[in-house]
Amino acid sequence: MLELRDITKRFGDVLANDRVNLAVAPGTIHAIVGENGAGKSTAMRIAYGFYSADSGDIVVEGQARRFESPHDAIALGIGMVHQHFMLVEPMTVAENIVLGIEPGSPLALDLKSAEARIRVLSEELGLAIDPAARIANLSVGQQQRVELLKALYREARLLILDEPTAVLSPQAVAEMFGILRRMREQGKTIVIVTHKLSEVLEISDEVTVMRDGRVVGNRKTAATSAAELARLMVGRDVLLRVVKPEAKPRGPMLAVKDLSLTMPEGEKRLDGVAFEVRSGEIVGIAGIEGNGQTELIEALAGLVEHGDVSGAIELEGKNVSQFSARKRRARGIAHVPEDRHRRGLLLDFNLKENSILGADDRPPVAVGPWRSWLNLDAIRRKTERILKAFDVRPPDPQLPARSLSGGNQQKLILGRELDQDPKLLLVAQPTRGVDIGGIEFIHRRLVELRDAGCALLLVSSELEEVTALADRLLVMRQGRIVGEVDPKRTSMEEIGLLMTGGNAAA
Amino acid sequence: MKTLRELLFPLAAVVAAFIVGGIVVLAVGDSPLSTYTLLIGSALTWPDGIGYTLFYATPLIFTGLAVAVAFRCGLLNIGAEGQLYAASFVTAWVGITCAGLPALLLVPLCFLAALVAGGFWGAVPGVLKARFGAHEVITTIMMNFIAVALASYFTQYHYKPQGDPILETVPIGEGAHIARLGRFVPGFPERIPLNLAFPLALVVCLLVYLFLWRTRWGYEIRATGANPAAAQYGGIATGRQIVLAMSISGALAGMVAVNEVLGYRYRYYDGFSSGYGFTGIAVALLGRNHPVGVILASLLFGALLRGGLFVDIFTEHVSKDLVMVLQGIIILFVASEALFRGLSRRRIKGV
Repeated sequence: MLELRDITKRFGDVLANDRVNLAVAPGTIHAIVGENGAGKSTAMRIAYGFYSADSGDIVVEGQARRFESPHDAIALGIGMVHQHFMLVEPMTVAENIVLGIEPGSPLALDLKSAEARIRVLSEELGLAIDPAARIANLSVGQQQRVELLKALYREARLLILDEPTAVLSPQAVAEMFGILRRMREQGKTIVIVTHKLSEVLEISDEVTVMRDGRVVGNRKTAATSAAELARLMVGRDVLLRVVKPEAKPRGPMLAVKDLSLTMPEGEKRLDGVAFEVRSGEIVGIAGIEGNGQTELIEALAGLVEHGDVSGAIELEGKNVSQFSARKRRARGIAHVPEDRHRRGLLLDFNLKENSILGADDRPPVAVGPWRSWLNLDAIRRKTERILKAFDVRPPDPQLPARSLSGGNQQKLILGRELDQDPKLLLVAQPTRGVDIGGIEFIHRRLVELRDAGCALLLVSSELEEVTALADRLLVMRQGRIVGEVDPKRTSMEEIGLLMTGGNAAA
Repeated sequence: MKTLRELLFPLAAVVAAFIVGGIVVLAVGDSPLSTYTLLIGSALTWPDGIGYTLFYATPLIFTGLAVAVAFRCGLLNIGAEGQLYAASFVTAWVGITCAGLPALLLVPLCFLAALVAGGFWGAVPGVLKARFGAHEVITTIMMNFIAVALASYFTQYHYKPQGDPILETVPIGEGAHIARLGRFVPGFPERIPLNLAFPLALVVCLLVYLFLWRTRWGYEIRATGANPAAAQYGGIATGRQIVLAMSISGALAGMVAVNEVLGYRYRYYDGFSSGYGFTGIAVALLGRNHPVGVILASLLFGALLRGGLFVDIFTEHVSKDLVMVLQGIIILFVASEALFRGLSRRRIKGV
């Protein structure tokens, strides 16, 4: 159906795709896996006409083609669903789908015929999408199905899905896979770009592995294993399971009591949240993104800008809920934020300047009268210590943080926060956008920190990650803690039900 | 190596501006070569050309630094003009009111008045931004109008000498005068108004550099400008940094009063600033918001101001507005660099 032959693409000095060869058989689901920066997105964007290759051929149904833009790809029946949806929220499903190819004359839009066709397409696949619904009122899973419909409406026979499960709850992922299988039965071809090996094994017929811009392997899914794929992706053997001894928790470090966050419009983002974290344990928080986890972490770190926080946040028995972020840090709260670009780093500053963020107000970094002067020597030593201990590459203190890969940026942040010797570490999405090798490293460090007696509160939208790391697991929904489960005894289904409140469609 | 690359683009922008400016000169019917020879040559003669070039550069260093410090905190201070007017009037007022004091007391007092008045005029938009989110571009522009109008009012109705046709105050006390450089430099005539404010400007550049890159306050100001969300995460009170940066910015702009009031006119003179505060934005932009860059850019613009006068007089068709054209084109090129960089970054990010 689709073939890439010797595709090469360069961005400046970076060789993003190096003689990539890929053949997708018609009527199959083909997975493309690889770490961040392996070049899989670039290859797919070339196949969709978004970029043009420096050299190499795109062959569609036996014929070599040149794509000037996605229009050419769409004309040949290739569709793409991006990771970030491209929908106009105030408009209806039908209006979004016909955008750019509106039926009827320019002065009289014929939405009725479009709606009828969308209804047929939706029913064939069991998507349950109402063409007249407004996008803003749809759940994330439903919006993704609208994106699918958009491609199908343009008569796509081959669909490229870029990280389609990143934003979905476990139930919604299962539903999505059902839809993909039905599409395969209809004779469609599907290419799915992902980094989650369990999903590859579950859904695909064939898998292509990329590393450093090259294709390093191609397997029939039935004839491979997660361990083999991980080895291909990273280039060495990887520990896929978190190995950790039994937790030996001590006294309570953090006690949250009746914590609420009320927005100016009256909406409650946090609603009577209460729990405890003891020294030497990892408490995990599971939940579909947007159910108050971000707000909880920011409330604990003292970073809430809008809305009223009420309730008590006790650190070692002392209520710190009125303390500034700086005073909380001074008392031993460290924080690995969920969005490292927005919060965690000064991207244009060098690694030295990033290493002192959060510690710039006290010795040994700040010295002299009113602690005004920066001690450049101490800063250099601190930076080198962090870069070495956390294996940040390249270990050049003068580089801007922007030039590091996602995994190295995350290691820098983690190293910086642990360098403070925290009593409580708030850590959100610690491995988002981090490659498998980095994930392994970060997980091991978090467990070591726990065993050294630190209290950890972990938020992650990767269910496998929280269940593997946490000693106790709380589930959040709509700003409340709706249950606590034992991560060793629970099942994905049980957690999923708590996350969605029993409503599998959400 | 890194500094070399940093210099490359501003230099290219200047060269490109001169080429476009040459075409303009040609279009109005003069020779670009002789015009540029006149422009540059007249700015480099000893002692007058160089003396006046440095004299014109002095206020630009102060306002350029003012804009740069605010910019490092993520703020666009359009109000250096108002800040320097407020500071100049208050400095003159102190110089008039306390005219009897000895120089050793009066000069520092006037200097302090310049800092406080300029700093206050900058702090007000800073507080408005930090407390209420009022955009500093709007508020600083408004503060400009208020400063100019207030200074004119007080001059007109309270401090103008009887029967003087010009809108200016009575002179400040002699003890407030600062020396012209001619007194210290052999062969440099005292009629050239270049004064101690110029070496002061160089010292202040060094201090601003140390402040921004060697102190925690500078770090926190820069962190706030680079990424406020990350700064807050690091425990930095970003609102306080905004007020601090705007106060310092205002005080730096206020130091123009040292050059103009204490070193040159010895009084407040209505409308004395030929847009120093606004040219300061261009200086900061061309100088990449770095003290050394600010000095270099100020020298260039100072030379253009000096040479522009000669071009005005000694060419047939070209007026001193050529300088404005050159400034404008330089800024256009420098500003579009950010665009080029943004584009290349986005393309690499797409990997």
